[in-house]
Amino acid sequence: MKTFKNLKLVLIAVLIITVLSACGSNKNNESSATASGSESSPSAAASGSGETPKDIELLNVSYDPTRELYEEFNKSFAEYWKQKTGGKITIKQSHGGSGKQARAVIDGLQADVVTLALGYDIDAIAETGALKTDWQQSFEQNSTPYTSTIVFLVRKGNPKGIKDWGDLIKDGIQVITPNPKTSGGARWNYLAAWGYATKTLGYDETQTLDFLKKLFKNVPVLDTGARGSTTTFVEKGIGDVLLAWENEAYLALKEFGDDYEIVTPSISILAEPPVAIVDKNVDKKGTRAAAEEYLKYLYTEQGQEIAAKNFYRPRLQSVADKYKDQFGQLNLLTIDQDFGGWKEAQNKHFSDGGTFDQIYTPGS
Amino acid sequence: MTLLRKKDRVLPGLSLTLGFSVLYLSLIVLIPLAALAIKSAELSPSQWWDTVSGPRVVASYRLSLLTAFFAAFVNLVFGLLLAWVLVRYKFPGKKIVDGLIDLPFALPTAVAGIALTTIYAPKGWVGSLLEPLGIKVAYTPIGITLALIFIGIPFVVRTVQPILQDMESDMEEAAVLLGSYRARTFFKIILPDLIPPLLTGFALAFARGIGEYGSVVFISGNMPMKTEIAPLLIITKLEQYEYAQAAAVAVVLLLISFFLLFLINILQRWSNRRLRTVKGG
Repeated sequence: MKTFKNLKLVLIAVLIITVLSACGSNKNNESSATASGSESSPSAAASGSGETPKDIELLNVSYDPTRELYEEFNKSFAEYWKQKTGGKITIKQSHGGSGKQARAVIDGLQADVVTLALGYDIDAIAETGALKTDWQQSFEQNSTPYTSTIVFLVRKGNPKGIKDWGDLIKDGIQVITPNPKTSGGARWNYLAAWGYATKTLGYDETQTLDFLKKLFKNVPVLDTGARGSTTTFVEKGIGDVLLAWENEAYLALKEFGDDYEIVTPSISILAEPPVAIVDKNVDKKGTRAAAEEYLKYLYTEQGQEIAAKNFYRPRLQSVADKYKDQFGQLNLLTIDQDFGGWKEAQNKHFSDGGTFDQIYTPGS
Repeated sequence: MTLLRKKDRVLPGLSLTLGFSVLYLSLIVLIPLAALAIKSAELSPSQWWDTVSGPRVVASYRLSLLTAFFAAFVNLVFGLLLAWVLVRYKFPGKKIVDGLIDLPFALPTAVAGIALTTIYAPKGWVGSLLEPLGIKVAYTPIGITLALIFIGIPFVVRTVQPILQDMESDMEEAAVLLGSYRARTFFKIILPDLIPPLLTGFALAFARGIGEYGSVVFISGNMPMKTEIAPLLIITKLEQYEYAQAAAVAVVLLLISFFLLFLINILQRWSNRRLRTVKGG
């Protein structure tokens, strides 16, 4: 009886292996990356004639808070594409933490375009040779069609009176931010705080570090991504202030308007989430033209309008003027001018032994 | 060899089954683990040592091992209790309770993590009751232990249950008839038989706890030096594109848990042998 049971187990194991090896590695990757078809229209199968080559599918690998933006944008682009070429285009979206998404592409996720939280993550993909190292020159404005910044989301009425970065280090304030080691958004948060301490308080390096140390003493939870932090703050009701992407903060306001308000600090950072074409993949799939058109469409009036509607700061002046009142005025530092670019910022602050590690290591 | 041949076997010849086992184990376990070690060998010895002995890394080993140990211990005690109740008593809804035990196996661990956090967070149902008492669960090592208890429940129950079921009650009855106290009956007659499965269950729950990631990241708070578990640190390094460092930390974690499981195995064999001599004599 017992051996019979064992035999059954072995058979099941064999079955599992067969099934696993039947789906190729490509398939595995895609399904693991929460890809969700935004345009749920059925693909090529419908038109049996010679029109099939026109049906194109693109995969846009992006980061967490752009989900709503690209749902709307993809719809608009598909219409535009249909008008222009008469063909059908389906765009699949994949969202997750920015670093995790970059890793997935490095490990073989067949992304046509990447739209990530920071240039450093796309640089990491470029290092594998999947796209050229000067990718950031491919499109206008540093390949960043829309920008954002870091603002504070506080509870209605701002009960703790939080006005600026200086308030975040006070006793009894709980600050919610994700972990800069795993979240692109959190790196912008960290650098914005660093920039504030350096610029406005005329702090020297040790005092700036002390400021950050005090700030992170007030952080009770470090989620791994921006969405996780928003959930902690909004749904679990933890903390007095959420350091958030501006668009993420407005989104929270749109959904739970009565419970929160946005505080714009005196200084923040110009967050540039860039876009790029993954050369290796589009050349293999023959989708370069469509991918290029897709990213260029982000810069058009319609694209910019959608970005602005989703609370990203548009680059196009005419659209920016139209949505001027939507965004708070503040002093914006930039990664290139104030931090010497991503490589340097990464090395100094977030690599092993960098300033973020020093905050938590005793005796430093 | 000759000894083995004498036995009746369902599967064809030894060479075939052995070949399959080795190939299977190689593809699934040995080669990936070797790749891990090779990857970490990209670092120079001093880099390797610096990576695995940094204060944050050491703090995370300690946290992972301690919480996994406590969680396994709690499961040892309460798992036995649960198994006991399920085997020895009849009550309405017993089938449902029995099914519930396996739920932690089936549930995606992240779901468990989110559910536990929602309930035990300072604003959650249970958390808000504990808060005035000064007990914080979510975002502390207690929360991590709780998550590990949750995912470890089935191990002890499912290893102890069949032994308890097969246990013949005549020894127990004899003990009672001869005037033994209940506690004495339990400790002298029942417990010795249960020690080997209990140790197995403990070891399994412990090993699972050390490597658990999904359910813990939500409830731990992930604060470096305080509530940052070793698996999270490995993920952190991976996301920073530091593959070799991540592999190094993973290798150390692997060695520690291998060593601990080895110890438990020795303990188990020892208790098995002692048991047999006691029973035989």
